[in-house]
Amino acid sequence: MRPRTKRLLFVGLAIGGVGVAATLAITALQSNISYFFSPSQVIAAEAPTDRVFRIGGMVEEGSIARQPDGLTVLFSVTDNAERVQVSYTGILPDLFGADQGVVARGRLGQDGVFYAEEVLAKHDESYMPPEVAATLKTAQTDTPTTAVATQ
Amino acid sequence: MSQSRAKKTLKFLIPLGLFVVLVGFLGYGLTTDPRKVPSPLIGKSIPDFTLPTLADPDRQVTQEALKGTVSLVNVWASWCPSCRAEHRMLMGIAQEGIDDLQIVGLNWKDERPQAQDMLRLFGNPYVVNLFDPDNQVGLDFGVYGAPETFVIDRHGIIRYKHIGPVDAEVWEQTLRPLVQQLKAQS
Amino acid sequence: MIPEIGHFALILALLLALVQASLPLVGSFIGNRLWMASARPLAYGQALFLTIAFAALVQVFLADDFSVIYAASNSNSLLPPVYKVSAVWGAHEGSLLLWALFLGLWAAAVAAFSRALPLAMVARTLAVLGMVSIGFLLFMLLTSNPFERLFPVPPDGRDLNPLLQDPGLAIHPPMLYMGYVGFSVAFALAIAALIGGKLDAAWARWSRPWTTIAWTFLTIGIVLGSWWAYYELGWGGWWFWDPVENASLMPWIVGTALLHSLAVTEKRGAFKSWTVLLALSAFSLSLLGTFLVRSGVLTSVHAFATDPTRGVFILAFLGVVIGGSLALYAWRAPAVSGGGRFTLVSRESFLLANNLLLVLLTLLVLLGTLAPLIYEAMSWGKISVGFPWFNKMFLGVTPFVALALGVGVLARWKQDEPARLARQLALAAALSAAVLLVSFWPPFSHGALWVPVGLALAAWVLFSHLTSLYERLRHKTRLGGGLLADLTGHSRSYYGMLIAHLGVAVFIVGLTMLSNFQIEKDLRMAPGDRTEVAGYQFLFEGSGPVKGPNYDAQRGRVLVFDGDRQVAVLTPEKRTYLASSQTMTEAAIDAGLLRDVYVSLGEPLAGGAWSLRIYYKPYVRWIWLGGLLMAIGGVLAVTDRRYRTATQAASVPSAGAVAKA
Repeated sequence: MRPRTKRLLFVGLAIGGVGVAATLAITALQSNISYFFSPSQVIAAEAPTDRVFRIGGMVEEGSIARQPDGLTVLFSVTDNAERVQVSYTGILPDLFGADQGVVARGRLGQDGVFYAEEVLAKHDESYMPPEVAATLKTAQTDTPTTAVATQ
Repeated sequence: MSQSRAKKTLKFLIPLGLFVVLVGFLGYGLTTDPRKVPSPLIGKSIPDFTLPTLADPDRQVTQEALKGTVSLVNVWASWCPSCRAEHRMLMGIAQEGIDDLQIVGLNWKDERPQAQDMLRLFGNPYVVNLFDPDNQVGLDFGVYGAPETFVIDRHGIIRYKHIGPVDAEVWEQTLRPLVQQLKAQS
Repeated sequence: MIPEIGHFALILALLLALVQASLPLVGSFIGNRLWMASARPLAYGQALFLTIAFAALVQVFLADDFSVIYAASNSNSLLPPVYKVSAVWGAHEGSLLLWALFLGLWAAAVAAFSRALPLAMVARTLAVLGMVSIGFLLFMLLTSNPFERLFPVPPDGRDLNPLLQDPGLAIHPPMLYMGYVGFSVAFALAIAALIGGKLDAAWARWSRPWTTIAWTFLTIGIVLGSWWAYYELGWGGWWFWDPVENASLMPWIVGTALLHSLAVTEKRGAFKSWTVLLALSAFSLSLLGTFLVRSGVLTSVHAFATDPTRGVFILAFLGVVIGGSLALYAWRAPAVSGGGRFTLVSRESFLLANNLLLVLLTLLVLLGTLAPLIYEAMSWGKISVGFPWFNKMFLGVTPFVALALGVGVLARWKQDEPARLARQLALAAALSAAVLLVSFWPPFSHGALWVPVGLALAAWVLFSHLTSLYERLRHKTRLGGGLLADLTGHSRSYYGMLIAHLGVAVFIVGLTMLSNFQIEKDLRMAPGDRTEVAGYQFLFEGSGPVKGPNYDAQRGRVLVFDGDRQVAVLTPEKRTYLASSQTMTEAAIDAGLLRDVYVSLGEPLAGGAWSLRIYYKPYVRWIWLGGLLMAIGGVLAVTDRRYRTATQAASVPSAGAVAKA
């Protein structure tokens, strides 16, 4: 009976430990996730004002304005329906620019400006799902004739 | 005895069970295409624009060119490999000669000679190509990348936006039925 | 012509893989020795054809053959030759080919170094490796053929992503893949053993060196990746808890648990079913990592192009390989578990505790990585999990790992006397407590609680291992012999363990010092401006244009002074690559054992000024040094004498263990 009790104790401890760890982990997770909202949702007041979230869209052309301190940049992010002003102090990623997709993480201020702590830019603007690579081969064989036919 | 054995086997099934749950979530993740960002422009009028054509810098085209007939506006560029892949599908659609449907190209962030070369080599499915090297109009259309294809009805309302290349499946299952439906509407 | 040879070689490799996956396996059931023996030549043949295919792709890149789509999209005639070679695995198709090549090479290595194994075991192991290979080759040929042609041939290629044009990243993927794929051997051996119904000490002994080699490669790969991210991504971080990084970390943690569990199974015959589960999991997590990276299920900073079709294929493949192996496990493992009794105070207990902690950590990382997916599936919203959560979880688990590590190394197998163990640990405990108190001193710790805790844990690991070494030497000295003879008298695997664990201590010191004392400063500097960071004076002299082989750049000059003494001239660059017109930040780093000084250029501002990023990174090198020590420990363990003799001596241990088929 004794080894059995010991074994049960051990298993019990392990399960209890995992349970406690899981509870702690999930509680912590709740306070560390950031939701994603589009500018339209922000304007429609769907985004929280009291916690960090992410906003994504395109950087509007001509909206990038550098403040006199040289480090703070104001720009607007748009989903082509609404726009939200974003303020960021720091160094922007290499691929940041007008007309580029961008995701910013931060808080919405009382003034309606989104104060970003982090700005991420997209890497590439070409959609390259390569299932189409398979069709390329057939495309090449009959292209010349097609080209002649349509011109 | 057999009951304790069954219990023992149950324990060894836990990893498999966890994995099945995991596959469930992964499978779900696959079915939700992260590219499906609903375009806020759907159901709205096309933005006003004036752009030169690809073939002739002096010829200007406006939003009026997209009215009066159902249009597919295809955003493409010569630097974009999947546009090349998609090109054959567009050629096929153009050759079908569907009444009342025009394919309009929006040549996007491209250079004129390269784009013209590509059409010379692969054929030209477009009735007209708008030349937008600086993403002026692309931005108004909410273009995130190339290729993208918009379906526009005869009143100039954007009805659908497809992100990524148009392949046979997309055409037959989504775009063609939509085009037929739009044609039926007066 | 060359691309077609490569393509053809891939098809031949697939055909061989099909035979390798079936013939030897069937042979092992019906007892046909010839069929079983065919496994070895088939594995060699597959490796040969995969090598030909890979060589063909390298040649395509070196010859600037842009008629091949993959080369056209990932190379450029101006690309330096070294990077033309590394561009081969710079994107999806080529990295898959590298995966497949390594899988073939590992299988060939198993075929060559398995003389000690019973033939049925070899046949089954190679058959399982053949099945994995089928999956990868089919995937490549059906969805991602690297030899696909493009017409018309573009005049030049689109160039390799500039981020990848770097020596660190040129060798990072091969190391990582060697590790990922290497776990396939432990996986295949486990499956073969489950099929044969024999999970014994011999099985554990065969699995150990393979696992250790794979783990060592993975360790080096992760260290290189972290180092690359630090200097190349331009913002000075060394770990981002990005899904791609997590994908490599999870198999590593489970692999670490597996190494230790295998040791127990070999020496004590305990934990059998647990060890098998770890062996299955380590490779399963490698595959899962591939899935996460390739399918675009999770958007990541460095995910390759997203593609649902590929995702479906890999998910199906995952389902077959992982689901099948776990089902086999559920079916066969109950029959082979048990054995190797031990008491609560024993080395087994502490190893098991650490095993559980490591698995817990893996599950937490998995949870955090998949949380965005789970939230979306449950319609709870689109979310991302911030790195603070991962840091918390890591810090919540690892201190206990370090504590148990110190006790475990001194505990005896099977049963130990608590009093004896406590006596041996007393000195290490006292010294660690002293470190705790001294580093708690406010002027040093600045009130950061993690500083004394981290340093004390490092001291605990260090001193308990020194005690272990001392006890061993003392024991030996009693038997006579000089100190040198004593030092060399231990097995390499013992020293491997010591050094790897020392690496843990070094890593903890680096992590503690860096995260509590680093200083990061973004500021605007005009030519001639000075600033002070962490006691160093930085003088920005301005910037000027420079030309690289395939890029133009602005190069800044920053002089760094310590008091009046100039310690470094840093020349960070902002590069614009010609072919892709991508901009890249090249940081300039003055590296040192105790601190790095890190400068990178932000953006040009009016009047020749720049926004600059200046970092002071104390002890950052210790993080990678710790990882390298772990890898060195792995190398020592693998080169231990008993493995070298094991491969030479023909089938001594297994003579009686001919599998009953």
